[in-house]
Amino acid sequence: MSKNIKLCKGLDIKLVGKAEAKVENAPLAKSYAVSPLDYENVTPKLLVKVGDKVEAGTALFFDKNNPRILFTSPVSGVVSAINRGEKRKLLNVAIEPDQTQVAKELKVVDATKANRSEVVEMLLESGLWTRIVERPYGVIANPDATPKAIFVSAFDSAPLAPDYNFVLASEKVAVEAGLAVLARLTDGKVHLSARKGDEGYMSEVKGVEYHTFSGKHPVGNVGVQIHHIDRIAKGDIVWTVNIQDVALIGRFAMTGKLDMTKVIAVAGSEAQKPCYKRIISGATVESIVGKVGENVRVISGDVLTGTTTAVDGYISANANMLSLIPEGNVYELLGWAMPRFHRFSVSRAYFSWLCPKKEYKLDTNLNGGERPFVVTGLYENYLPMDVYVSYLLKACLVKDLDKMENLGIYELLPEDLALCEFVDPSKIEMQQILRDGINLMIKES
Amino acid sequence: MGLRQFVDKIKPTFSEGGKLGFLHSTFEGFETFLFVPNTTTSKGAHIRDCNDIKRVMIVVVLALIPAMLFGMYNLGYQAGIEGILPAFWFGFLKMLPMIIVSYVTGLAIEFAFAQKRKHEINEGFLVTGLLIPMVMPVSVPLWIVALSTAFAVIIGKEVFGGTGMNVFNPALLARAFAFFAYTPQMSGEAVWYADGATGATALEQLSTTGAMQWSALDAFIGLIPGSMGETSTLAILIGAAILLFTGVASWRIMLSVFVGGLAFGYLFDAVGLTEFPAYYHLLVGGFAFGAVFMATDPVTSAQTNTGKWIYGFMVGALAILIRVINPAYPEGMMLSILFMNALAPLIDYFVVERNIARRKKLIKNVK
Repeated sequence: MSKNIKLCKGLDIKLVGKAEAKVENAPLAKSYAVSPLDYENVTPKLLVKVGDKVEAGTALFFDKNNPRILFTSPVSGVVSAINRGEKRKLLNVAIEPDQTQVAKELKVVDATKANRSEVVEMLLESGLWTRIVERPYGVIANPDATPKAIFVSAFDSAPLAPDYNFVLASEKVAVEAGLAVLARLTDGKVHLSARKGDEGYMSEVKGVEYHTFSGKHPVGNVGVQIHHIDRIAKGDIVWTVNIQDVALIGRFAMTGKLDMTKVIAVAGSEAQKPCYKRIISGATVESIVGKVGENVRVISGDVLTGTTTAVDGYISANANMLSLIPEGNVYELLGWAMPRFHRFSVSRAYFSWLCPKKEYKLDTNLNGGERPFVVTGLYENYLPMDVYVSYLLKACLVKDLDKMENLGIYELLPEDLALCEFVDPSKIEMQQILRDGINLMIKES
Repeated sequence: MGLRQFVDKIKPTFSEGGKLGFLHSTFEGFETFLFVPNTTTSKGAHIRDCNDIKRVMIVVVLALIPAMLFGMYNLGYQAGIEGILPAFWFGFLKMLPMIIVSYVTGLAIEFAFAQKRKHEINEGFLVTGLLIPMVMPVSVPLWIVALSTAFAVIIGKEVFGGTGMNVFNPALLARAFAFFAYTPQMSGEAVWYADGATGATALEQLSTTGAMQWSALDAFIGLIPGSMGETSTLAILIGAAILLFTGVASWRIMLSVFVGGLAFGYLFDAVGLTEFPAYYHLLVGGFAFGAVFMATDPVTSAQTNTGKWIYGFMVGALAILIRVINPAYPEGMMLSILFMNALAPLIDYFVVERNIARRKKLIKNVK
C-alpha cells in the first residue's frame, strides 16, 4: 500500500442539510432525458425522432466530432420530445418510460480475456463510454487514444456530497468488475484513491494502484489527486471515471444489460427530507424531490460546480446529488459593513472563524460586485496544486495559448477552481474563464 | 423597508435612458454602498464567500484609524498645546480639510472615469484617499493636496485601467509628485509646523548629526514631528495587527520589509556609516507606515509568495540604503517602495518562470 498523501490547503464548507444515511426509492419519473449539454464539446446528431420506441441502451444521438461515441437511453419507452433551444441547438431528448422496463441485449465480452478493442466497442455501444472523461480538457475520452493511466476517486469532498462508501455499500462486485474493465483500457495503471480513515472496501480492491488522501476539499477532486500521484505533462492523456460510473460499467459488463439505476444524495437547507434516493439516471427533478418551495435553487450536482436546473427539469447525467439552497435575490442594508454572523467567510474580516463547527445556510447571493483582480496569495491557499491561479486566469483572459499551456491548463478543470471562485472577494467567474480558455485550446489544437 | 423603496423609486431616473442617466455609475456606487445588491450567482459556484472588496478596503481604513487619531493628537502636542482633547482638536482641525480635499478630488475623478467606462465604482480610493493626507506634511497647502491627488488618480491609476491595474501605489505617487514638483513646501527643515514652531524631524537630525533629541520610546509612541500617519510606530503596529489578523495584508511582505531594514541598518552600523542603533531606523520617518500600509498594497507589490519575500526585503533594504548613502533625501521609504513597485512584476516573472520550468521538466521525465 502506498503512503497516505496529506494535503494542507483547501476548505470544507459546512452547510445545513446533509443527506441522512437512508435510501428511498424514487418513483418512476414521467420523463427521462439525455442531454448533450452535460458534456463538453459534443455536437449531437440525432438517431431517433419523436414517437420512436426505445429500450434502455438504444442510441439516441451521437457526437458528430467522433461518430463512434453514442448516447443511449437510460430507460425503455417512447421518445416524447426533442427539445431545442436557440438556433435549433439540441437541449435534450426526452423519453416517456414504459411501466415495465426492458433493456436492449448488448454484446459483452470478458474484460480480462478480450482484446482491448472489443472492450472499447462494448462500452461505446452501451453509451457508458460517455462516462469516461479525458484530461487534458475534461471531454469525453477519445476511443482512438490510449491513456497513460486511469484515475478514479472513491470519494467526493465537495459540500454536502454523497458518501460513496454508503452509496456503493452493496456494489462491491460491480465496482471491482468496473475497475477490471478500466484496467483493460490502459497500458499503465488504474489509480484508485480513497479518503484516509474512511476507506470502506476500497482498500481490498485488487488490480489497482491504491492511494489514500487526507485533507480538505478539493482533496476528493480527481484532478488534485492526479497532481499528487502522476502529474499531467504536455502530451499526456489520462482518463478519469467517477466511482459511481465505475459501478455502472461493472454492472453492465456482468449482465450485458444497461441498468442506469444509481443512488444520489438530495441535500441542502431547502431539501424537505435530505436523504439518499435510488433513481434512474436522467430523471425529472420532480420525481426525485417532489414539490420545491418558492425561491429555491435546484442544483444538479454540488453547490460549487453543479448546474442550475429546476423542479420541472432533469438531473444531469454526471450528477450524483441534487442540492437545494435558497436564492439570495434580496438586498442587504449596509451588508458589507455589518458583522453578518449568519454568513460564512474564510476571511477574519467576518466572524465565522469563531465557530468553525457551525453549519451555514448559504444562499446564492453574489455578496458583492465583480471587480478586477485585487487580492493576491489567497487563491493558492485553496488549490493544493503547483499552479499560479491568477496568472493562469489572466493568460486565459488574454487568450495567450502558450502561456496557458506553460501555466498548467492541462492539469486543471473548472471544478478545481471552484473553491478559489468561492473565496474570491473580487467575485471573478473563474470556472467560466478557465472553461473558455480550455475550449479555445481545443479549438486551436 | 422605507429606504429600499425610496431607492427603487428613484432608480429609473438614474438608469440608462433616464433623466439623470449620465450619473448611472455614481448612483450605482451609492446604491451598492447602501445595499449589498440582490445579484445572484449565474455561472460557476452557486454560493459565494460573503467577503468582498468593500469589506477588504474598509478593514484597511479601520487599521489606519489608530495612526490617524494619534497623529491628530500629536499635531497638537507638537504645537505645544496642553491637554489631550485640546491637542487632538487642534490636530483634527488641521487634518480635516486635507482629508476632505483628498477624498473629494479623488472620488470625483473616480466617479467620472467609472461613468465614462460604464463600470462600477471601485472601492480602492477609500483607502488611498485617507493615505494621502496621512503621508503629506501638515503644512502643505490644500491645492497641492488636490493637485497631487488628481495626478495620482489619473496618471497613476486610471490611465492603466483603474483599480487593480496600476503599477505604482497611488498614495505614494501623490506624495512623490508633491515632493518633486513642490520641493520647498514639502521638505527642508522648516516644513513641519504650520504655526511658526519649526524644527527638524527626527530623521533629519539622525541623518545630519547622527543623533536625535527624542528618546527611542518617544519615537516608538510617536511623540515626534512628522506627517500625521507616520510618527507613531505603536499606532501603526495596532493597524498592522488588524491587517494581519484579518489576513488583508501579506505577513510575508510586512515581516520581510522589517527584516530587510534591520539587516541593512545593522550592516551600516557595523561598517561605521551610522552611529546610532539600527532599530532607530524602524522608529523614525515613514519606515513603519510604509512597511505596514504601503508596501503591502496587493496590487502594486509582488503577487507570488516567493516574490513577496524578495520584494519586502528589497523595500526595507533599499529604504535604509537611500537614507544612509544618499545625501539628498533623509527619507528613503517612499522612493524605495515606488522603485520596488516597478520591479515587482520582474520578481514575479522569475518566480513564475520557475513554476513553468518545473512543469516543463515533467515532459523530459516522461520521455
